[in-house]
Amino acid sequence: MIDSTTVLNGQAIAYTLYVLAILSLMAWFAYRVTRQGKSSIKPALFYSFAGMLIVLGVSLHIITYNTIPWSPMDLNRSEIKADRTFDISVAGHAFKLPAEKLLINQNEKVLFNVTSGDLTYGFGLFRADNSMLFQMQVIPGHVNDILWQFDAPGIYSIRSTEYSGPKGVNMVLKDVVEVVASNQQVAK
Amino acid sequence: MSFIDTLLNGEQGLMKSKTLTPMQKLTLRFVVVGLLYYGFAVVEGMIMRIYEVKAIPAIESKQFFAILTAHPLVGIFGSTYSIVFGAFLFLVPFLMKKPLWSIKLGNYTFLLLAFGTLIFWLAGFFSHYAPLYTLYWPLPADFTQFSALGGAFFILGIALVMLGTVFFVINIFKTITYTPEGWDKQPGGKLLASALGVSGMKNMFKKNKEEHLVSLPVAAIARGTVDTALNAGIILFTGVLILVYMVASLMGFDLKNSAVDALLYKNWFWWGLDLVADGLVLIFVAGTWYLLATLITGKKLYMENIARAALLVELVVSWTVWSHHLLSDQAQPGILKVVSGEMVTALELITQGLAFFITLVTLWSARPLKMTNPLKFLLGGLLGFALAVPAGIMQADIGLNRVLHNTQWVVGPHVHVAILVGLTMTLYSAIYFLFPILTNGAKLYSNKLANLHFWCQLLGGIGMGAFMGMAGLKGMLRRTLYFNGEFSLYMILAALAGSLLLIGFLAFFYNIVMSVGLNGVIGIFTKAETETKDLVPAEK
Repeated sequence: MIDSTTVLNGQAIAYTLYVLAILSLMAWFAYRVTRQGKSSIKPALFYSFAGMLIVLGVSLHIITYNTIPWSPMDLNRSEIKADRTFDISVAGHAFKLPAEKLLINQNEKVLFNVTSGDLTYGFGLFRADNSMLFQMQVIPGHVNDILWQFDAPGIYSIRSTEYSGPKGVNMVLKDVVEVVASNQQVAK
Repeated sequence: MSFIDTLLNGEQGLMKSKTLTPMQKLTLRFVVVGLLYYGFAVVEGMIMRIYEVKAIPAIESKQFFAILTAHPLVGIFGSTYSIVFGAFLFLVPFLMKKPLWSIKLGNYTFLLLAFGTLIFWLAGFFSHYAPLYTLYWPLPADFTQFSALGGAFFILGIALVMLGTVFFVINIFKTITYTPEGWDKQPGGKLLASALGVSGMKNMFKKNKEEHLVSLPVAAIARGTVDTALNAGIILFTGVLILVYMVASLMGFDLKNSAVDALLYKNWFWWGLDLVADGLVLIFVAGTWYLLATLITGKKLYMENIARAALLVELVVSWTVWSHHLLSDQAQPGILKVVSGEMVTALELITQGLAFFITLVTLWSARPLKMTNPLKFLLGGLLGFALAVPAGIMQADIGLNRVLHNTQWVVGPHVHVAILVGLTMTLYSAIYFLFPILTNGAKLYSNKLANLHFWCQLLGGIGMGAFMGMAGLKGMLRRTLYFNGEFSLYMILAALAGSLLLIGFLAFFYNIVMSVGLNGVIGIFTKAETETKDLVPAEK
């Protein structure tokens, strides 16, 4: 599965190129609009621009659905069998894990099922450099589950990704999720 | 003139507050208070930015979150609503060529916005009531963390702002439809239909097209006002719900939080909030671009009929996009995520893109134009939305939202660039344009300061958004604190960019004070010497 860092790097490059293009366009426009010259614009340009916007708006989601692996997996997660499930509860600004450390085998599809006993929280996995692997919202009274495939060994921290009052800033569990290499299998 | 003379009486003593009509005073009051609250929000933002780098010992973390709660509300209600409502209460009668329906109601709106904002800010400051503007259930009713009494005052302040908003809505629609004294009977129903786009829709299926009874900017204001009204209804309803829990708590009863479904609540609340973020702002802004482009160029708007249709599409879109805020809520039905969250939201790229293009072509049609302050700020506003809307479309994607939701990306390149560069620079363009009209010919003190204001606002807004965005891509969350300097570099750079915004605002404020003088500022808040309903003094 493509790592989320790769996806974000791709997004950063695409958006940066767009920003440079639109800054250049506006600078050019600001200069030229103060100068003499042809001032009529053919309707064809307008309709071409409108068409381009439609293509861009529609194609973004089609491209991401077909290139970001967790998109279809997320929408169809009820039909996919998880290799491992962790039931996690959260209440009083504290996560309660089923074990001190959540051990996962490389390449496993893991379902994190998180329930809240009081407030709205968030649930996210973060790498050692604080970058995000994924996150979801945790709403009280509802099922909050996310399916994720871990295809590389690694150690992750859990952090609440939603504001739940000032006490929520301490909702961090360091290095409690470990994905072990395929040659060191952990029992289910 | 000496410095003291200019400070007291304005540039060349041209500001004569005694000549101001009640309507000019009303509009200027809105603008002055709106700008003060804007400056306030900028200072709050700077405090929080510094706190994100290193906790300030004098400020507890619960105070930080109280500021974080008040900051966007002061910015939107205290500042943007004040400036926009003030401008539109002037512009609708100006464009309709008839008096405002009720100046008294306009003054009530002004007072309710000004004092409502002050009350909710004070309530947050003293009681540390901090459920954030999102009010995710049941946080606003969590009295183990927050004071019910402080919360009740907070909600009271918001309710006053919403009441002022309702008065604004009534005033706008009555002004469009009413018949002024001594006039022939006005076709109220037809005017309303034209303003809301109904007659325009009918035209699409008619051979003999009917003439539009209201101008495009008035139509834009009317349609944005529909969203303003719906949003006020949602916020008032939510406020009453929260208030019930607060009153019960104060009386010693503990109502069950689970009586309200947190997901359903989140859906209706975001439906209402998005009417501001994705409806009102985009519609009002597009309408303001069109108005400014036609006023600056003196030309007809390019593709006016399509612009009208796009505004109507935007109105309908604004009612159906809320689910992009719930893409990370796993209990939210997938169909809502895909249809409302992704597909309908993508239409905003199209409607706002068309407004961008139409405005630029209208300006182009009048070249060569002089690079005046209204024009340069208008171009800045256009650039702001050209940057912020695609950033928002990206995060409104199921795949990307999984790694962007609640990060600094959302609030940086999207929210702050949209507001500080897109919206605020558009408003500054209108302020620079209306300044001589509203002050009966007062002269701007310094064009160099106006240029400094422009560059600081543009570079500060884009810079701050960019550094926040970079932090977001590296995993930095919004609405939380980091204690080990994890993202300090990005926050320091964002703070430096933010300080440009502060310098720009101070340059603008000083420029305006020196233009109208302290006596002129005071004169805005004194009773008008004439009782005319005219917008500007009759020419002698």
